[in-house]
Amino acid sequence: MKSSNAKKRKHVSYTKWGYIFLIPFFLVYFIFSFIPMISTFYYSFFENYMSGLNVIGPKFVGFDNFVKLFTEADLLKYTENTLIMWVLGFVPQIAVSLLLAAWFTNTRLKLRCSGFFKTVIYMPNLIMASAFSMLFFTLFSNNGPINMLLMDAGIFKEPCHFMSITLGARSLIASMNFLMWFGNTTILLMAGMMGIDVALFEAAEVDGATSFQVFSKITMPLLKPIMAYVMITSLIGGLQMFDLPQILTNGKGGPDRTTMTLIMYLNNHLFSKNYGMAGALSVVIFIITGALSIVVFKLLTDQKEAR
Amino acid sequence: MKKKLLSVLLTTVLVTTMFTGCGNSKTSSDKTKAGGTVKTESTSDTKEGKKVNIYCWNDEFKSRYEAYAKDLAEKHGVEVNFVIVANENNAYQNNLDTALQAQESAAADDKVDLFLVEADYASKYTKSEYALDVVGDVGLTKEDLAGQYQYTKDIVTVDGVQKGTTWQATPGLFAYRRSIAKKVLGTDDPTQVQAALSDWSKFDGVATKMKDAGFKMLSGYDDSYRAFSNNVSKPWVDGTKIVVDDNIMNWVKQTKDYTDKGYNNKTTLWAPEWSADQGPDGKVFGFFYSTWGINFTLLGNSLSDAKGKQEVGNGIYGDYAVCEGPQAYYWGGTWLCAAKGSDNLPFIKDLMYRLTCDSKTMKQITLDTQDYTNNQAAMEEIAKSDYKSDFLGGQNHIALFAEAAKKIDMSNISDYDQGLNEAFQQSMHEYFEGNVDEKTALDNFYTSAMEKYPELTK
Repeated sequence: MKSSNAKKRKHVSYTKWGYIFLIPFFLVYFIFSFIPMISTFYYSFFENYMSGLNVIGPKFVGFDNFVKLFTEADLLKYTENTLIMWVLGFVPQIAVSLLLAAWFTNTRLKLRCSGFFKTVIYMPNLIMASAFSMLFFTLFSNNGPINMLLMDAGIFKEPCHFMSITLGARSLIASMNFLMWFGNTTILLMAGMMGIDVALFEAAEVDGATSFQVFSKITMPLLKPIMAYVMITSLIGGLQMFDLPQILTNGKGGPDRTTMTLIMYLNNHLFSKNYGMAGALSVVIFIITGALSIVVFKLLTDQKEAR
Repeated sequence: MKKKLLSVLLTTVLVTTMFTGCGNSKTSSDKTKAGGTVKTESTSDTKEGKKVNIYCWNDEFKSRYEAYAKDLAEKHGVEVNFVIVANENNAYQNNLDTALQAQESAAADDKVDLFLVEADYASKYTKSEYALDVVGDVGLTKEDLAGQYQYTKDIVTVDGVQKGTTWQATPGLFAYRRSIAKKVLGTDDPTQVQAALSDWSKFDGVATKMKDAGFKMLSGYDDSYRAFSNNVSKPWVDGTKIVVDDNIMNWVKQTKDYTDKGYNNKTTLWAPEWSADQGPDGKVFGFFYSTWGINFTLLGNSLSDAKGKQEVGNGIYGDYAVCEGPQAYYWGGTWLCAAKGSDNLPFIKDLMYRLTCDSKTMKQITLDTQDYTNNQAAMEEIAKSDYKSDFLGGQNHIALFAEAAKKIDMSNISDYDQGLNEAFQQSMHEYFEGNVDEKTALDNFYTSAMEKYPELTK
């Protein structure tokens, strides 16, 4: 009975099930991602906003919204803000993550309680970004505990207005991003490192390589695909930075709009129901994100092939 | 087998949790329905919606309603639902706009029935079709409204049609600490303190004295803003062009000067530090406040035990007094507007009458809460009486308000005041903090103004 069943199964084609199971994804993607994306492109060519309680437009204006975006608005400044804050957070993030991942996967080191530490470093990512931001806002507010501490310790005479200094506000946002994401990156890099053949490490050890040499000559080159993945996802995440600076600066992007990210700027337009400009800005962000991702991807994969 | 059991269990849990949500809401709506019908049958026979949705931005109106008009809900057999969204960054207006635009398609119980507006943006709504005529549509009579201050009617009147009504008039005064006045000026008598503060140059002089004595004249950047912005020569917007009035630039000059010289405490409006400055540990001489600010905000902030009894001995209750200050101004004010499409007009009519026209109730509100209500006769009566505010150390502040109310001029308001005032103050904070120069701050103001209102130009 059993064997005849198995025989039958061999002749049944399961291909159609593959497609059938894929339908829900494509359906959801089409309705909730693809159509909105196309309509965003479409709306970016219209003048459409609310003046008081009256709807203005939609009126076709061609590329006017884009021209306005590049000439009148400080698009470049917001892109720069976003990238600076991303780099400020990403550099320590990747450095610390690489170090931790190397330690955790090192067979010679045999760290104790690594499971515990892996959980702990992942923890900040589980907190809601807005809650995390509020926490930092309270900690670093002008009369907050950090200022009290620094004043009691005699480092400052007057409370330091962290949120009113460009570097202060930017580094607060960057450090929050770092704290939230280094655990996640560590886990990803660890997965990559554990995928490397142990025989290579052993061979290097037999040949008398130092641990730094092992890291730079074996781990790093073989980690490149994962690195590319981490870089690109982090870059996209960085360009879409919104909740942390929005909450920390109360949506103002202060001081002097130096922590205003692209998405915060987009949010400002959407808040005043300026759909045309918001659409145009979305298209620009889409293009920037796409272009940067391609650059990063090419940089990391081409090198590998050249070798 | 075990796996099967487990999966069945999990599915049941999932399904039950899914349905508990439905179940709860169903029973609760059933309950309200049942309660509603019973009430309607027993008390009223007019056809009215069961639910009155009131849109507002804080609980001030809610507390007035609960104290003075709660019985109306029973009379009309309705349930009152407050939708409270904070004002900041136009959030209240945006939410209200969305709700109003969906008014026609909304279910009867979800419609906006009554919404509250502030002076800063009242005209945006009164010019629209969404606010109903309080006489023609709601049913109040001209006689009902006769006792109100004329300016409170003018501000919401479009083409001779009054589209809102308010229970308060909001002349502004300068509230100061008696104890500090005694130490620095040698007197806490409102008339003499007023003489020392009667114009801006005298005001600056007192600020210097305060600084020398270890006090701050004002708490923060925004305190004197309204005293300047209400005395402008033209509205914020001319056509679609944003105009920054000279008097507003005077505020910038004064505040920058005060900040650099240490005359203020560098706080911002509504910030916790600002509220703390009004409390027992505050070292600030005074605050510009209008009527509601004194009974609603200042009183609350002055107590050391917020939940304790409001009496002398709790915090600095009794240490404040008021005088006119250097320039007459007003601040805020809340108007009630009936929304187009409401199915609760009889209730709204009664509510509006009770809170904004009925002189007995309004007099009572003033006596109970020290708020300044919108009824000239009743206010004049209290002003002339021996009424005393314990909070203000036995002063009859209503008399001062009655004088100041006559000077209110709202001819220079525009539809954009709320957003532009807010954006201007915020942009200037950075200039006061010393992060940017004046020009950059102004540029930032224009940028954020045009983000808020795409139709405006520089």
